Amino acid sequence: MKLITAIIPPDRLDHVREALIQADITRITVSRVTGHGRQEDIEFYRGQKIAPNLIPKVRLDIAVNDQFVDITVDTIINAAKHGVGEIGDGKIFITSLEQCIRIRTNERGGPAI
Amino acid sequence: MQKKITSSLLLILAVMMAYNTGWAAEEVVTDTGTTSWMLTSTALVLLMVPGLAMFYGGLVRTKNVIGTMMHSFGAMVVIGVLWPMLGYALSFGPSILGGLVGWEPKYFMLQGIDDAIMSTQIPEYVFAMFQGKFAIITPALIAGAFAERVNFKGYLAFIALWSIFVYSPICHWVWAADGFLFNLGAMGAIDFAGGTVVHISSGITGLVAALFLGARKGYPRNAMSPSNLVMTLTGAGLLWVGWFGFNAGSAIASNLATARALTVTQMAAASGAFTWMVVELLHHGKATSLGVASGILAGLVAITPAAGVVPPAGAFALGAIAAVICYVAILLKSKLGYDDSLDAFGVHGIGGIVGALFLTFFIRPSWMADAAAKVGGTWTVWQQFGVQATAVGVTIAYAAAVSLVLLFIVEKTIGLRIKENDEMSGLDHSMHGEQGYGLINPN
Repeated sequence: MKLITAIIPPDRLDHVREALIQADITRITVSRVTGHGRQEDIEFYRGQKIAPNLIPKVRLDIAVNDQFVDITVDTIINAAKHGVGEIGDGKIFITSLEQCIRIRTNERGGPAI
Repeated sequence: MQKKITSSLLLILAVMMAYNTGWAAEEVVTDTGTTSWMLTSTALVLLMVPGLAMFYGGLVRTKNVIGTMMHSFGAMVVIGVLWPMLGYALSFGPSILGGLVGWEPKYFMLQGIDDAIMSTQIPEYVFAMFQGKFAIITPALIAGAFAERVNFKGYLAFIALWSIFVYSPICHWVWAADGFLFNLGAMGAIDFAGGTVVHISSGITGLVAALFLGARKGYPRNAMSPSNLVMTLTGAGLLWVGWFGFNAGSAIASNLATARALTVTQMAAASGAFTWMVVELLHHGKATSLGVASGILAGLVAITPAAGVVPPAGAFALGAIAAVICYVAILLKSKLGYDDSLDAFGVHGIGGIVGALFLTFFIRPSWMADAAAKVGGTWTVWQQFGVQATAVGVTIAYAAAVSLVLLFIVEKTIGLRIKENDEMSGLDHSMHGEQGYGLINPN
């Protein structure tokens, strides 16, 4: 089991979510986060271009069984990218998942995902 | 030579004096009470526009909140410029083109009314500005039907054209002294504060636009939940408050007619909200805040054409009928599958039609007696119903046909339907380079 954590641009959330649903990955957790990478975001404030210090991003947490890791990652990469790719398109972290428990049934491991 | 100059000077003086006395004879003085109330009403109607922005803004998804509120503010800006330039002249100038619109060159930039006091004893400036607020809110209402999927530039062009080619003609027919609907039947088609001019015209245009532009991506499969119902309720409250200016100001007076309009406005809004709440409680077991807000609006829309002619019991009935019919219309929308995003047609179109037609059955007897006296015989409810139905039918047909042409032109030139990529990113980011909410959960 792996935990896939993806940090993506907020304006690509719908694209990614739709692509994941197409790929049959429907169990996801989404949160809005801010942070800092290499990107300098540009917004308009009273006619001036400004770069905020902390840039808003969306974080997806997806727990998957091992055979679904590749499809999930590929789907996110394809859907989150702006055109051929820009600084700020985000990152994906994959960590090993020790245990997964479904609260309702107390199931453990792979079937609980 | 000297004599000639002296005599011509005398002549000029004489002409000026004659002009002055002629003017003095028909001079109307300003009534401070009426003027104060009309100034207040003007401000109240403008307050409805940010109210509408909040109402609509709260109903869309987080990524579209700025884009949606900018539709209301965009109308405030564009029509705010257009109305004194063209709108007032087109709406309230004397009929041209066989009564299709009005036109008065003197009204361009309101130049000709600098000293004008109207027979209602208010400066014409106040009337022009009061009417201008109606011209602003009407296109802003349409935006609810195609929320979350239009290009901002295309939207601005569309409302500018719509105001000139749809709003001004209908406004002229219904409210100008020489408009044909104003003079239809015994005492004209009854549209006290804009049932046809504002609500039916915008609601029908909304329906046509929703059908023309197609549904939002993902509709109706994906849930599109409101970003902020707190803001929607605040907006509905502001609309209710502003509506006192909208209706009670439309008497262009500060007297018994004003008091009647204000009373029935309050009663219809409460009755609409109450009915919607009860219907929801019976239907789903829960009364939603959006239901209460929708009921308030349905009641207010229905009483708008009727506020001058129905007594309080009629207002109570109109509010209740409108709430039930609008509720059913919105249920039907889901069945029929067209995407009127925020129910501009379901509430304003349907509510306006219900108000303009059903008011006939609740008109106070004194009005009917006056109408009968005017035609010198009898004037029945059904004759008035015919007049109302004509006004409604003409408004629907004209607004639908011309709007379709305008939508087609704007779509083919500037582009109105947003690109799929921009739609998924959200209007805030793609159209305005901003975001409405900070660190709240995404939708």
